[in-house]
Amino acid sequence: MPSSRATLRRLIRARDVLHASVQRGATLDELARASGLSRGFLARSFSRTFGVPPHQYLVQLRLEHAKRALARGLSVTEACLEVGFESLGSFSASFHRRVGVSPRSWQRQARGLVQSLGVPALYIPACFLARYVGHV
Amino acid sequence: MITKHSHACVYVTDQDRARAFYTDKLGMEVRDDVRMGTFRWLSVAPKTQPDACIVLMLVGAGPMLSEEQAGQLRALLEAGVLGAGVLETDDCRRDYDELKAKGVQFAREPKEMPYGIEALMRDDSGNFYSLTQRR
Repeated sequence: MPSSRATLRRLIRARDVLHASVQRGATLDELARASGLSRGFLARSFSRTFGVPPHQYLVQLRLEHAKRALARGLSVTEACLEVGFESLGSFSASFHRRVGVSPRSWQRQARGLVQSLGVPALYIPACFLARYVGHV
Repeated sequence: MITKHSHACVYVTDQDRARAFYTDKLGMEVRDDVRMGTFRWLSVAPKTQPDACIVLMLVGAGPMLSEEQAGQLRALLEAGVLGAGVLETDDCRRDYDELKAKGVQFAREPKEMPYGIEALMRDDSGNFYSLTQRR
């Protein structure tokens, strides 16, 4: 059953709170208060709309921020702290589980791309990039 | 197995204006907006769709498009003959009223179709979309 327009607006509000609190990490209670939805309904509807529950969404968000930090040249420890992981171990494990390589390996690959092509974003598909730089 | 279509390319004639159109008028959010020299990687998406985006590519000559080809593409856009896809809505008639009030151009007002209610709108570069409430 698709969510109503009013519910979607509330879910977007909850999602925006997550985006605004990446480092600290808003709790489900905070999201429920901000959106005006009950915890259970929020958790279920959030998953249906955004594909994953709020906590997993936060982890994904943190990892995306961590990638940007690593690409900027921060150390793995600095990136871990900047995006709010509680320990280096949980950061590295989450990163490896979702990205498939360690933060340090990923950083080496990303910095190579940034240095050789000057690509400032983390993901510009080659079919688009080729229109600017030719073959990549 | 291909599992998902994640990026759609829409050619636009002015990226600043397109960014404003897709966010201020259509209510989408910016996913990327970065520059590399003259190349600008600009993408937008509906706020409720985290895994797909519309890439707003500027029509311009480059390694894969000659000046002549870019001119032809620009002419097609300006002629309003390029379709950009389908934007789904939960209420086509209400969105039609709201978007029209914001100045969005429509080629056809909402109409009952076997698959739902559909209107035809144009973006600020001339791309046309189906605005569809499926059933």
